[in-house]
Parts: sequence; structure tokens; C-alpha cells
Amino acid sequence: MSGDPHKLGRGEIAPSERGPAPKRVVVAYGFWIFLLTDFIMFAGFFAAYAVLAKATAGGPAARDIVELPLVGGETALLLASSFACGMAGIATAAKNRFWFQIAMAATALLGAGFLALEAYEFLHLIGEGHGPQRSAFLSAFFALVGCHGLHVTLGLVWLTTMMAQVQAKGFRDEILRRIACFSLFWHALDIIWVALFTTVYLLGVAG
Amino acid sequence: MFGKLNWHSIPWDQPIPLIAAAIVGSGILAVLVWTWRAGHVPYLWREWITSVDHKRIGIMYCGFALLMLMRGFVDAAMMRSQQAIAYGNPGYLPPEHYDQIFSAHGTIMIFFVAMPFVIGLMNFVVPLQLGVRDVAFPTLNNVSFWLTASGALLINLSLVIGEFAKTGWLAYPPLSELRFSPGVGVDYYLWALQISGVGTLLSGVNLVTTILKMRAPGMGYTRMPMFCWTSLASNLLIVAAFPILTATLAMLLLDRYLGFHFFTNELGGNQMMFVNLIWAWGHPEVYILILPAFGVFSEIVSTFSSKPLFGYRSMVVATMVICILSFMVWLHHFFTMGAGADVNGFFGVTTMIIAVPTGVKVFNWLFTMYGGKIRFHVPMLWAVAFMVTFVIGGMTGVLLAVPPADFVLHNSLFLVAHFHNVIIGGVLFGAFAGYNYWFPKAFGFRLDERWGRRAFWLWVGGFYLAFMPLYVLGLMGMTRRMAHYDVPGWQPWLIAAAFGALMIAGGIACQVIQLYVSIRNRKDLVDVSGDPWDGRSLEWITTSPPPPFNFAVLPNVTGEEAYWGIKSTARDNGELSERPKYEAFHMPRNSPTGVVTAFFTTALGFAAVWHIWWLFVLGFLGAWATFVIFAWRDENEIEISAAEAERLDAERRNAKARLLDIPADQPA
Repeated sequence: MSGDPHKLGRGEIAPSERGPAPKRVVVAYGFWIFLLTDFIMFAGFFAAYAVLAKATAGGPAARDIVELPLVGGETALLLASSFACGMAGIATAAKNRFWFQIAMAATALLGAGFLALEAYEFLHLIGEGHGPQRSAFLSAFFALVGCHGLHVTLGLVWLTTMMAQVQAKGFRDEILRRIACFSLFWHALDIIWVALFTTVYLLGVAG
Repeated sequence: MFGKLNWHSIPWDQPIPLIAAAIVGSGILAVLVWTWRAGHVPYLWREWITSVDHKRIGIMYCGFALLMLMRGFVDAAMMRSQQAIAYGNPGYLPPEHYDQIFSAHGTIMIFFVAMPFVIGLMNFVVPLQLGVRDVAFPTLNNVSFWLTASGALLINLSLVIGEFAKTGWLAYPPLSELRFSPGVGVDYYLWALQISGVGTLLSGVNLVTTILKMRAPGMGYTRMPMFCWTSLASNLLIVAAFPILTATLAMLLLDRYLGFHFFTNELGGNQMMFVNLIWAWGHPEVYILILPAFGVFSEIVSTFSSKPLFGYRSMVVATMVICILSFMVWLHHFFTMGAGADVNGFFGVTTMIIAVPTGVKVFNWLFTMYGGKIRFHVPMLWAVAFMVTFVIGGMTGVLLAVPPADFVLHNSLFLVAHFHNVIIGGVLFGAFAGYNYWFPKAFGFRLDERWGRRAFWLWVGGFYLAFMPLYVLGLMGMTRRMAHYDVPGWQPWLIAAAFGALMIAGGIACQVIQLYVSIRNRKDLVDVSGDPWDGRSLEWITTSPPPPFNFAVLPNVTGEEAYWGIKSTARDNGELSERPKYEAFHMPRNSPTGVVTAFFTTALGFAAVWHIWWLFVLGFLGAWATFVIFAWRDENEIEISAAEAERLDAERRNAKARLLDIPADQPA
């Protein structure tokens, strides 16, 4: 009769009947849902890119503008930044404020390095007359890659705010929850980047 | 300094918007002055504006929706009267003004009436029905509300400062591109929807998390009231569909502000992509609106038929099937675009399939009524009118789902009649039913029945008189959005429709009077038991209005219809359930974060519309600083003591004892 006849929840009470979840779970769960919405928004930009990839209007195609070594550097910086973010997570678990700040600063620097390379790539393209106004393909390219870059930028604002907050308030419960959300966000940007790297850059060079 | 904004941005040469704005503006000013002089401002600030209580926020959403309904209805009345007279003459509205009116009407009715109304009802009811004390993220909930209000404020500003879009409510490119719409109208539209869209998205995240992670002990998924299920489906759709809208509108913004070529005519832009993307959001959107209404009717039909809902599990399945199918039908909005017979055929069939779970629901409601002891209170009247009206609207929908028929009827008034038939007959009737049904829970007294019935008959009669002629006109070949026409045969039907709109105006007037009369007679209409309709779900177990924390002790749920079970047991045993053990608990503190953020986002949106870039940056920094200040707060919660919880719960238990005519608790 109960909602869990096979006792999949391994307890007397079915998992769906155990009452409200603890706050830590609720916050992380809600933030996951938010991240999913962000993924869907990116999916919109990916879809637009897929539709417009061939609409070069006589301008350059993807293979003409992709510089894989540069993008490889961006990827390395972003993944290293996520590694540093993971280190910050370990420092948080150990409640070690000093190493937390070091690791977060490293995360920020590597993220900023990524943004610098991306800005160079963008400015270089615009300088060559291959800006987003040139063709629908370039519009979709700049919007998709730029949307990811905008997320990294906002992530940096959040990151520095978290550093200041930990310094001022210490590892309180709600701050621990926020750190957890931040690291989810930062790693989610990696997932987006992997998809972006594959769809835009690797397939671009191949196509 | 002020970007594109200057003295001539105000339409001095157009008397209608200026007079309208002057009347509304002085009305608002009068209310503000009265509120200030009467000393209500601190109360409003403390108890409402900064409130993080889901019930207060839900009520504010509904009140906001009712206000915006007036604005949207004024637009509708202008269109109906214009078309009634504009045979062979230009009427009283010049085309560029008429175009703004129909664009504003659609935008306001969908985004600022229907959406806030259903979100308000979900906000108010869902935590109560789940047996918990608040939503998952109470402060975020307040932020969501104020972001919605911020978007609405921008749209209303466009009435006097600049202009609104002349592109229709979905702003199809290339018409909405800079080249063909160089004014600020489309920018107002885009920024208003982006800002309020963030609010809606966050509210969706909030309610999904609430329903999936915060339920009273024992409230398993298969024990949730139907309204919670439909709310879950609706919020899952918000979470899955609104990001597409954000992305699509962002692309149009990039086209307009930075010269991108997503949807332009030149350099590879693709307008058909916009139409696909906007409807990939737009079709789920109509189910976001209608599913909560289905939930409202499920609760009402079951309560007023004095029976459990027929086929609860089939209802759950139907809801979730609609939730999934709603993402597979979007192309039926543009069969005429030329995707080809196979594609059109596929989407025609999926559209017809979605009528099946909807039909299951209608039969479940009918079988719930069958053999029941039906009480025709006002909410039940709306439910019955809904069933009849919605079935008609559904059938014309299935007709439009046939691609060849759609080629004939596309963009005609037949379509306009169809979607008003389902949105008014479904969503709006649902909102009114829910408003009458849950009003006593929110305020502790019922709404006046007599004026409620008058409003009901005028609305329903007015609806049929206003929209059935539109079906006929559509079949006669009249297209939508015409400022004037020269076919003599159309005019009688349009005059009939205008009278329908007049009847609806009477219905709205009755609703205003109903509210006034109910407040005046609140002593006679008072609900002391917290259970005025002999209800079955947990919102009726607590007092009316509920305490800020809803439940002193979270109820323990042991089956479907949680409250009905507890009530029946108490009645059978002749005594109340055992007194629970009271413990102290915490509730979130109020916060001005939402309203302050909305202030800055309004500034940000306005600045973006008029290209005032320093203000744009200031708005962004202000919103960020607001969040930082919130995050720096040291005290987030207040404690409710066990004694306080016990005291309030004792009152509730005594009221329930009187309701069931059984002995009250002995003082401990």
C-alpha cells in the first residue's frame, strides 16, 4: 500500500514520506535546478549556432577563424581553475580559511586568464573585420562563446564576493551552502565549455 | 547624459494615452497620499512589501494580476469599440496607436495577468497543501514578485514615455528588428520581459524545489493533492521553457543593440529560427498557465461534490503526459511557414494526441460530480462554466490542428476566438474560481455570494457574446489585428462582440463591488473554523488566515486527502486527535532585498531602453550591492517559542472542535 512497496528507500518509511529535507539538501537541489535552466538557455544558443553555422554570408567560416592552440590554452586555464576550485572545496571541508583564500585566489586568477585569452580572441577577430556584425554565423559564434564568457565574468564577481565574505564572517552554515553552490556553478561552466569546445572549435576545424 | 530620452519622447500630440496616464497617475497618487496620511506605510512595508511569507507574496501576486487585468481590459475595450465603428472609416484610433494597443494587450494579459495570477495561487496554496511552513527559498520568492512588478512598471511607463511595441505580443522579426521598428517600443517589450522573466524563472525553481523536497511527513508523491501535482508540472515547464525565451529575446536584443544578424534580412539572418524558438517556449507557456487551473478545478469539483477526486492516479498521469507532450507540438503555431507536409502532419498528430489526456481530465471531473452531493457555490459555478467553455475551445483547437484547415484559418479571428476561448474559459475562469475558493483562507472571511454570482453570469455571458462572433468572422475571412475594414457583412458581428466586451466590463464591476461589499460585511461572512467549504486538503486544517508559520506542528499524513482523513477520524471517535508535542522552531526574517533589487532593475531596464549607459551600470551595481548587503546579514531567522505555538494551536483546535461538534481540549 505504501508508496515504496519494494523498500527501495531501505527503511521503514518510504523516502518520499520522510518530511522536509534538511536545508543543505534543499539549497543544493534548488541550485541544481537553476543550473539546469542555465543549461537550457545555453541550449538555445547552441541551437542557434547549429542553425546559423553555415550562414557565413561570404565571410569567414569556422575553420577560417579557429586557432586551436589559443583555444587549447583557454581550455587548460579553465580546467585548472576548476581544479583550484576543487581545492577550495577541500579547504572548506577542513575549515581552513588560509588555504581556502589561496585556492580561491588561484581559481580567480586562472579564470581571469581564460577571460583574457577570450578577449584577445574576440578583439583579434573584430580587428580583422570578422566581428559579430559580419554574418549570422559570426553573430551566433560571438553570442554563444560570449555568453559563456559572461558567465565566467559573473562567476568572478561572485567568487571575489565569497572570498570577502569568508574573510569577514568565517565558515558559517549559510556561507558553506553558498560555497557549495558556487563550486557547482564553476564546474557547470566547465561542462558548457566542453560542449562548446567540441561543437564550435573541434567540429569547426573539421568542417 | 540622457541617451535618446528628451522632451519629445513624451507623446504630447496624442491625447488618449496622456489622458489615460493622467487619470491612472492621479489615482495612484491619491491612493499613495491616502495611505501615507492614514499612517499605513510602516505597516505595508513591514507586513507586505518586505514580507517573505509565501501567503503574503501569493496574495500580492494575485492583487497585482487583478490590477493589470484592468489595464489589459481597457486595451481590449478600445479594440472592440474601434472595430465596432471602423467600417469604411478610420475609427478613432490611428493605426500606429492601434498596433501598440493589441501588442500591449497580449503582452500584459499573458505575462502580467495570467502568469502572476497562477503563480500567486500556487505560492499561496502549495506550501499549505503540502503541510509545510514556507517555500524552499522565501526571500527569493519575494525577489521574484518584485522583479515581475518591475517588468510591469516598465511596460506601463511606455504609455507616457516613448511608445510600446507595434509588433504583436511575440514581436516577430524582421518587423521587430531595428530597421523596421526603430523606436523604443520593442526595447520596452524586450527589457520588461527579460526582467520579469528572471522573476518567473526563479519562482519556478523555488516551487519545483518546494514540491520535490519540502513535504510534510507522510506526504508521499501519490498523496499530494491534485493542485500540487499540476503545480509541479507547471513549474517544471517554467524551468524548462523560460530559459528558451530568455535566450531568444537576448538574441533579438543583440540584433537591435549591437548589430548582430540572428533574425535580420541580411547576411544570413534567419527569421524562421525566431519563430521556432519563441514557440518552443510559447507552447509550453500555455500549459504553464492552464495546468494550475486544471488543479484548481480538481480541488473545487471534489470539494463541492463532497467526494474524493475521481481517478486520482489517472489525473496524475494525464498531468504529466501533458507536461511532456507540451514540448512536442510547437510547430502547429506556424503550419503556414512551409515546413512541408510531413513535418506539418507530425505536429498535427501530436497536437491532436494532447487532447487525449485533457479529455481524461474532463471525464474525471464529470465522474467526480456524478453521484456527488453538489453544492453550487461561486467557485463551483466557475468550474461548471469552465468545463463547457473549455471543451468548445478544445474542439476548435483540434480543428486548427488539422494543417489544411489551419491554412484557411491561420491568423484569422477564428484563431483569436480559439485562444481566448481556452485562456479566458480555462485560465481566467480558473483564477476566478481559485480566488473565490481560497479567499476565506487568505483573509478569514468569505466573498459575497450574490455579487459573485452576478459577476459570474455577466462574465460568462459576456465571454460568449464577445467571442463566438469572432469564430464566425474568422470563417468569413476577417484577419486579426485590423484597425479598420471595408466589408459591410462584418460590422454586425463586431458590434455584437463589442456588447460582449461591455457585459464583461459589467462583470468586472460586479467583482469590484463584490470585494467592497465583502469587506464591509466581513463580520457576517467570517470564517471561524478555518474550513468554510468542508474541505479535504491540508490548507483547511489550519486557521483562516493561517499564522505566519502555517502549522504549529507539521501534520502527519497517512493517506490521500490528508485533512479529510483527520477530520473523519475525529468525527468518528468523537474527539480531536491527540495533542502533539510542541517544539520551538525558526522562521525567516523579512527582507527589503526584493523591492530594492526591483528598484535597481527598473532603472537598469529604463536605462537600456533609452541608451543611458551610466544608469545601466549603476542599476547593475545597485542590484549586486543589494544582494551583498543581504548576504552580509547576521540574523536570518526569528524563533517561535513552543509556548507561542501551543497557544495558537489551542485556538485552532477549539475552533475545529466546535466545527465538528465534539468536546474541546481540556486545558493542559
